Amino acid sequence: MVGDREGFRSEGGVSMDAAVESKASTGWQHDLYDLLRRHGITQFAYVPDAGHSILIDRSLADSDVRSIALTTEEEGVALAAGADLGGARAVLLMQSSGVGNCINMLSLIKGGRFPFLTLVSMRGDFGEGNPWQFPMGQATQAVLEAMGVICLRIERPEDVISRTTAALTMVLKSGQSVAVLLSQQLIGAKPF
Amino acid sequence: MSPHNVTALASAAAPGFVLERSEAVPALIGRHEDFLFISGLGGTACDVGAVTGDSAHVYSLGGAMGAACMIGLGLALARPDKRVLVVTGDGELLMNVGALATIAVINPPNLAILCVDNGHYGETGWQKSHTSLGVDLEKMAIGAGIKRTRTVAVEADIADGARLLREGNGTSFVNLRVKPTEPGEFKRNFDASLGRDRFRAALQRK
Repeated sequence: MVGDREGFRSEGGVSMDAAVESKASTGWQHDLYDLLRRHGITQFAYVPDAGHSILIDRSLADSDVRSIALTTEEEGVALAAGADLGGARAVLLMQSSGVGNCINMLSLIKGGRFPFLTLVSMRGDFGEGNPWQFPMGQATQAVLEAMGVICLRIERPEDVISRTTAALTMVLKSGQSVAVLLSQQLIGAKPF
Repeated sequence: MSPHNVTALASAAAPGFVLERSEAVPALIGRHEDFLFISGLGGTACDVGAVTGDSAHVYSLGGAMGAACMIGLGLALARPDKRVLVVTGDGELLMNVGALATIAVINPPNLAILCVDNGHYGETGWQKSHTSLGVDLEKMAIGAGIKRTRTVAVEADIADGARLLREGNGTSFVNLRVKPTEPGEFKRNFDASLGRDRFRAALQRK
């Protein structure tokens, strides 16, 4: 699903939620990009999403990586498997609603025991103002776990680097599939 | 695959589904050692298996329908020094046809896609696919923005299609229209993890 937190930004700087997002989203997202790069991630697959906008923009500006815009999230699951076959490392950036699009494609990851890392910006949880987001948002972790993907949830900016480092170790050294769930407490809830 | 009387289906095929896949696919691929292969999950896995033998430069699907083209993209970006050939079917491609748009935007020069289009879902009982009902996959590839495309429907088209799959200044797409007949028998290993390990180990040695 294409995220549209852009609308949230156009709300202006008056709401408390907007203040939370602007404070929270500047520092740790750059640190997160640098962390992924230090771990040799060279393929950044994404579906446009404001929650991941800094990672997406950094990857687009980085001549040492390939930044791949997807039409649907399941493409990124298959891409990650292909990258691994060629000895490269990929990350899939998506919104929680996109997790639902990936379910059967995760058969490839589980059956092939491919290492797999995805960063999921959550909707339909803490402070969500759009009721359409709740069915998939509330099912995200259950769906991922049902397909064999380990979930690590992050609520606070100070946990981003340590928890993502743990995820990278699990994926790159132990060959696991891991989803890092970036909660709305962390990235800012959309108030409508 | 359960036996079916595909002769009747063949005679009912739309004009343009006349080539034999067992002849046309090997002719289009040529020297298979020049490629890394990703194949689809049904007939195309057998097509590629028949050409290559059970070889380590092939990764074939047994499920995850719709994955082949995007696995090919990830592999082509990871290994720009190798030529990657995705061999997929009309049904598999249609399931994730947006991948053509994703690939066209990136346009890796070392990626080629061969769609073996028999107009039917052979695995599931020979139901007609959309390409028997007017959908043109080459036009969809063109619409996605892939610049180098061909439809190969008669023997005279094969040499040009084979050249396109091997040339390298942008991603190429060849839609091969074939009769809806059974692919060659090929006993393949369905262990996706074993396939991964084997492929990676062989590629690291090269």
